[in-house]
Amino acid sequence: MDPDSLIFIFLNAALINNFVLALFLGLCPFLGVSAKKETAWNMGIATMFVMLVSSISAYGINWVLVKFEIEFLRLICYIAVIASAVQLVEMTVKKLSPGLFRALGIFLPLITTNCAILGLALFQTFREYDFFQSLAFSSGAGVGFTIALMLMAGLREKLALAELPSVSQGAAMSLMLAGLLSLAFMGFAGLGGSHA
Amino acid sequence: MSVLPNKQEKVTLDTFMRGLWEENPVFVMLLGLCPVLAVTNSTMNAIAMGLATLFVLVASSTLVSLLRKMIPKQVRIATYIIIIATFVTIVDYVIQAISLDLYNALGAFIQLIVVNCVILGRAEAYASKQKLGASVVNAIGMGTGFTIALLCLGTVRELLGAGTILGVQIFSSNFEPWVVMILPPGGFFVLGAWLLLFDYLKQRKEQKLLSAEGAVANGS
Repeated sequence: MDPDSLIFIFLNAALINNFVLALFLGLCPFLGVSAKKETAWNMGIATMFVMLVSSISAYGINWVLVKFEIEFLRLICYIAVIASAVQLVEMTVKKLSPGLFRALGIFLPLITTNCAILGLALFQTFREYDFFQSLAFSSGAGVGFTIALMLMAGLREKLALAELPSVSQGAAMSLMLAGLLSLAFMGFAGLGGSHA
Repeated sequence: MSVLPNKQEKVTLDTFMRGLWEENPVFVMLLGLCPVLAVTNSTMNAIAMGLATLFVLVASSTLVSLLRKMIPKQVRIATYIIIIATFVTIVDYVIQAISLDLYNALGAFIQLIVVNCVILGRAEAYASKQKLGASVVNAIGMGTGFTIALLCLGTVRELLGAGTILGVQIFSSNFEPWVVMILPPGGFFVLGAWLLLFDYLKQRKEQKLLSAEGAVANGS
């Protein structure tokens, strides 16, 4: 497959180089809100939404920064943009769908410190994606994040019923599970070769 | 500025040691896991990442502590982020100047120090309430604890994944490297194993305290 084609960029971000399981981005929500499938799904959708918005904004910001040759301000601008994007998304959701807003609760503002979002903005800049490639990349990353979160939540719901030695309950077990999931996702590398 | 809720803490050895063990940011609080897992596939990367984080942590804690009476409460998080981002930009350019290889190995993860929750957590929970001395000592302790955690993972992963430490061959050439250890899943497995070990030790200690004989604690 052509590494610059939109479908490859999408699949690459969603499966081959999954943000959570291969690049270790966004681990805090991955371990924090993956206890129940319902919250995992809401978190995934919210993150996907913020990813799309901040990816588009980051593309615009970078264009301006390059134009005025002030790229050293990139990091500060990106983080400010992400924080405002989250705020914007929060207000929009609150206005349009109060039900969804209540369901997401505290997770919405916390997305600001999710490194998957900033990582996404930085990666798309380093790889010099054009506008549509950025869109494909960010939607792929969002889908991949949601898939990983849902899989983990499903596993943990099953695990809650299993009998475990008392030492291995808690974070250690979640990490081992994540390792197994990550191992499984490495199988996707065959899809198009690792294109990091 | 509103009243400061926590009372000022005296600078003791404990201020420093807490970050190393009792409140270790990685092993106890599980904060800042993204860089911990992503860049620890070799010892060198782990050291560089640890030192970079240590610098940002100490510098931003200093500045936040100095400005703690001037930052309005409503915009404090945004202010902290801007302060942290400034220092991260400095580190980013410094590493790029010192070693381009290292810069390429660490990639975007240097810039991602901005969203490391350890740093923002320290700024919010400690530096914004304490005097300069206590903040700096605490930040150094936390940063050192973070670096040690990175080293714990980095050495194990490099040793098992490549048979070397810092590029020096440790195992004989007959050793078949466990390649999975330097690949992403290895990061999860090694961190999980460390946590298991610490949980086991903690449980054994508690059991020893509980049982009067204290001899036959086996941690199950």
